[in-house]
Amino acid sequence: MTTVIDVPHSLDDRSFEEIFDKLAPLPPDEKILLDARRTRWASPYGLTGLLTIAQTRLERPAFAVPENDDTASYWSRASFFKHAEGLYDISGRVPRTRQASESSVLLEVTPVVHTQDVHTVVENIQQRAQAILSEKLHLQSKVTMRFTMAHSEICQNVIEHAGTGGWVAVQAYKWQQRLGGRNVVVIAVCDAGMGFRKSLESSQGPRPTDRWGDAMALEETVMRGMTRFRDPGRGQGLAGVKRFIGNWQGKFSVRSGTARIAVVPQWDEDEPMKENLAPFPGAQVQITIPERMPDA
Amino acid sequence: MISHIDVSSVLKRSVCDLYSNLVTRPTGAAVRIGIEHHLDEIGDKALAVLDFSHVGLLDFSCADEIVAKLLMQYVSLDIPRREVYFVFYGMKESHLDAIEAVLERHGLALITQLADGAPELIGIVEDEQRRAWEKICEMGSARAADLAIAIGVPADSAARTLDTLWRRRLVIRQEGGYFPVRGATNGLIAGGLLADGAGTRGGSGVEAS
Repeated sequence: MTTVIDVPHSLDDRSFEEIFDKLAPLPPDEKILLDARRTRWASPYGLTGLLTIAQTRLERPAFAVPENDDTASYWSRASFFKHAEGLYDISGRVPRTRQASESSVLLEVTPVVHTQDVHTVVENIQQRAQAILSEKLHLQSKVTMRFTMAHSEICQNVIEHAGTGGWVAVQAYKWQQRLGGRNVVVIAVCDAGMGFRKSLESSQGPRPTDRWGDAMALEETVMRGMTRFRDPGRGQGLAGVKRFIGNWQGKFSVRSGTARIAVVPQWDEDEPMKENLAPFPGAQVQITIPERMPDA
Repeated sequence: MISHIDVSSVLKRSVCDLYSNLVTRPTGAAVRIGIEHHLDEIGDKALAVLDFSHVGLLDFSCADEIVAKLLMQYVSLDIPRREVYFVFYGMKESHLDAIEAVLERHGLALITQLADGAPELIGIVEDEQRRAWEKICEMGSARAADLAIAIGVPADSAARTLDTLWRRRLVIRQEGGYFPVRGATNGLIAGGLLADGAGTRGGSGVEAS
């Protein structure tokens, strides 16, 4: 039997919870079909999250391609299908990737498995980030370095803590409704590895407190720089990312296991911590950096 | 002896000749080991100018591996590995973001040299140590008694402060007194560690004099 899971019409970190909710009760060996035929848009979180789901299934899942040509074409240009074809049985028409580069795709969906992948990601994004960050987001050119640094740290987190590979993607786009239609750059890094709680437990075991769980593990790592390594130099990466995001009024969220923590800027009304979410392995990170207004 | 080490060249030699960014912890460890190998060859008392001019990005992990772990071996209040002084040259603002974070984490300090040649002390330093360091730079060199008069503290206090700065390798101790740590990019004299600017450049990106 195949369980069909509808992919939301607009797929971002919020609507992705619908997929997690439907996925959670299913045994990992049950065949699933992710039906994206009616999906019209996906954020980097959506695209990388879809690939991550496939990595959690024991039975090779199926995937139905968006029927809307623009959507499917965009997903092709973002290299989604290039990787999805190795993970899913694909049904529907996959558009051939055009050679012309997509200006809003700062970084196509890219696997992060080895250290050299981080170098590749950093080299690629540096070349494209400068123009978009300065022209669309009105950020000073020196911010590009810090942006890339944040990117590097988040990708390394996958390699060092996930115990498995992950996916990264970066896009720039204009919000239609939120923030008065400002441009934003969104980074998503998703993996289906051990997650933050198990990573901490791997060196120190569970904390002797009733509160111990995914939420507390996220608080300790993201907010307090804890890490499974004894080396006191560890744990600076996420702290640095958090500082950078705060300085540029960005938003930073990490979902792991059944919890999600967020550094929420003034322009957003998200909750700093969500617990009792549908369980999903690994960690799913999203960074949003909005256009800086002239008087900001 | 003064040694100029082009960190970008060490990266290319140690990791991959296509890379220009110092990212990831394994990369940082490889570069640090490359630098340590060179330091092992330059004698027991030396000044190493680590040149970051050609480094693109430096992330926190690499800053911790290269800068903090290197300093912790050579700059210690107890028994440092050898008497090696460091000047971090050609740092960009984004490099300093990462470096200042790791210095704070480990309670370390270092000397950077700005484009105009002026040294700058960054990291965790007590006010009195900073005041003494700035005065030494201004004076060019000083004995404890001279410094005590210059900053208006008792001689034994000045001596203790200078000794701490020396143990942290933030000033150079010579027979003639204490000298500021400065790079020798133009054949300058750095605290008696003479650079003649006529060193040889090897494949490792190292220039020694």
